[in-house]
Amino acid sequence: MTIVLETRNLEKRFGGIIATGNVSLSIEKGARHALIGPNGAGKTTIINLLTGVLPPTSGTILLEDKDITGLSTHARVRLGLARTFQINQLFPDLSPLQTLGLAVSERLGYGHDWWRVTGSKPAVMAEVVDLLERFHLGDVMEDPTAQLPYGKQRLLEIAVAIACRPRVLLLDEPAAGVPEGEREDILAAVAALPSDVTVLLIEHDMDLVFSFADRISVLVNGRLFVEGRPEEVAQDPRVKAVYLGEEAHA
Amino acid sequence: MLLARLSQDEVTGRFVGRAHWHPLEVLFWVGAFATIWLFPGKHLILTEIAWLALFALSLDLILGYAGIVSLGHAAFFGFGAYTAALLAKHEIVNEPALALVVAGLAASALGFVSSFLVLRGTDLTRIMVTLGVAFVLREIANQNGWLTGGADGLQGVTMQPILGLYRFDMFGHNGYVYCLVVLFILFLLARRIVNSPFGLSLQSIKNNPLRAAAIGVNVNARLIAIYTIAAGYAGIAGGLLAQTQAFASLAYFDFERSADLLLVLVIGGAGYLYGGLIGAIVFKFMHDYLAVLTPQYWPFWIGLLLVVLVLVGRERITSWTAPFRRLADRLDWRRARPPGASAEGRQR
Ligand SMILES: Nc1ncnc2c1ncn2[C@@H]1O[C@H](COP(=O)(O)OP(=O)(O)OP(=O)(O)O)[C@@H](O)[C@H]1O
Ligand SMILES: [Mg+2]
Repeated sequence: MTIVLETRNLEKRFGGIIATGNVSLSIEKGARHALIGPNGAGKTTIINLLTGVLPPTSGTILLEDKDITGLSTHARVRLGLARTFQINQLFPDLSPLQTLGLAVSERLGYGHDWWRVTGSKPAVMAEVVDLLERFHLGDVMEDPTAQLPYGKQRLLEIAVAIACRPRVLLLDEPAAGVPEGEREDILAAVAALPSDVTVLLIEHDMDLVFSFADRISVLVNGRLFVEGRPEEVAQDPRVKAVYLGEEAHA
Repeated sequence: MLLARLSQDEVTGRFVGRAHWHPLEVLFWVGAFATIWLFPGKHLILTEIAWLALFALSLDLILGYAGIVSLGHAAFFGFGAYTAALLAKHEIVNEPALALVVAGLAASALGFVSSFLVLRGTDLTRIMVTLGVAFVLREIANQNGWLTGGADGLQGVTMQPILGLYRFDMFGHNGYVYCLVVLFILFLLARRIVNSPFGLSLQSIKNNPLRAAAIGVNVNARLIAIYTIAAGYAGIAGGLLAQTQAFASLAYFDFERSADLLLVLVIGGAGYLYGGLIGAIVFKFMHDYLAVLTPQYWPFWIGLLLVVLVLVGRERITSWTAPFRRLADRLDWRRARPPGASAEGRQR
């Protein structure tokens, strides 16, 4: 199998805290890979390192065998690495139409076009319409994002990442905080991700993790703890100990 | 149930419709040009409004769209003014319109260089940096009296006719038409810019730079670009002042000028292009009439207005005009949504 995304001895320190400790992770092409671990284990930090939001203290990140450790966030997006955020990072004043229109325009290389009207390219609009439909955003497409129900915002969070046509998609707790009634749409959207897109999913909901993933990595205190197929990880006594230990604390 | 599908034409229409000319916009510009014939006696103050409007439009591009706060925008205004005045005085570029272009390019170059200072940091650091740049430029102009005339200002500027045809007459008629035409052309350009994908990307950066980068927007490059463009606009505004007055002064760099500019934009509302224009009109007329009525209370009235605007705007001072703009949208039949028809319920 080909490895699309790989980290080698990745490390991130915040002062004295080792948020990411010597993580060497390989994600196979087309994988449904889950990254789990207790609160504060360093899952989001890894995503921030992978996407260039944070610079690593040391270590290397490879995307399709290319060293991207020093690249800026937007350059990594161009190479096909997109993400969603654990806490919504959207454009409050812009509508879903504008948000998606911008994302698609950027990807198709119209982002620095300062002359033509946004949306005047049929190629852009065809994709935007498709995304609005797939993510059930048609009825709110002109509302400012800040006014959307939380579940719709969460859908937009995924839709705008998909608009980047990623080859590797990093999902940071896509269903976090979504009320029960609106969860269905999110789960369906995650399940319906194109199979050629490699997905790294961070999630606390074990039902979702085990129904989705074909590979699971467990992160504890910034370090990779266990990795394997879902049934292996489920059986692993050390993993049980970590999660039971956590429950005992709670 | 039939599968409801969005129509691409309709969605495109909704999107592109935002860039269509609103009837109120047409009215605004017809009114603006009508002043040429309607108020010939007011052309001097109208000239001041025109260059101030252009200056405020420039600030709107960086503040209202890209979210860059500046308290030193006068740096580019002054730089453009001195460039235009010097070009005329030393007969380097005699034709005013061409000299104005050069002044704009010079200010843009300065904007490009200083843009790197505003890329990072909070609003506060940007305020400090922009303020600092304006102070530094003012002092450089002050120290180099051999070139700039120092504290006396740049005297002895003789302006040639515009396009070789229209003299700057003492009543300011030609000067006003000249300023208004320049304002209109640059407004049209700004309008194109903000309605383009580039303009939308600026708004996305203002909203959330982290997400903007995460969808592939090169945030720094876009900020550099708009800062450079806006500096050119400010330089042209300064150039218009210098040309219509045949004079340039250190006061063009003053902090008060930058602060007043921010006030103009707050009065008119940022982020929809007309704010600077409307703000300039209100500001100048208030200044004119209130200053005559109650000279010593002028700052009082401005202060009161500022407080009221902020109270009305509440969340963000730059958007207190939003309800009126929505009302204007509703008055425009082309933008109104058909009642009860949600987009998803319709078919091709
Ligand atoms: N910018 C930062 N500065 C300092 N410490 C940080 C920063 N970001 C994260 N940390 C610390 O790094 C550790 C890992 O945080 P991270 O957000 O990656 O955990 P997580 O696994 O995503 O947790 P959760 O499941 O709660 O989202 C935590 O101890 C956190 O306090
Ligand atoms: Mg997290």
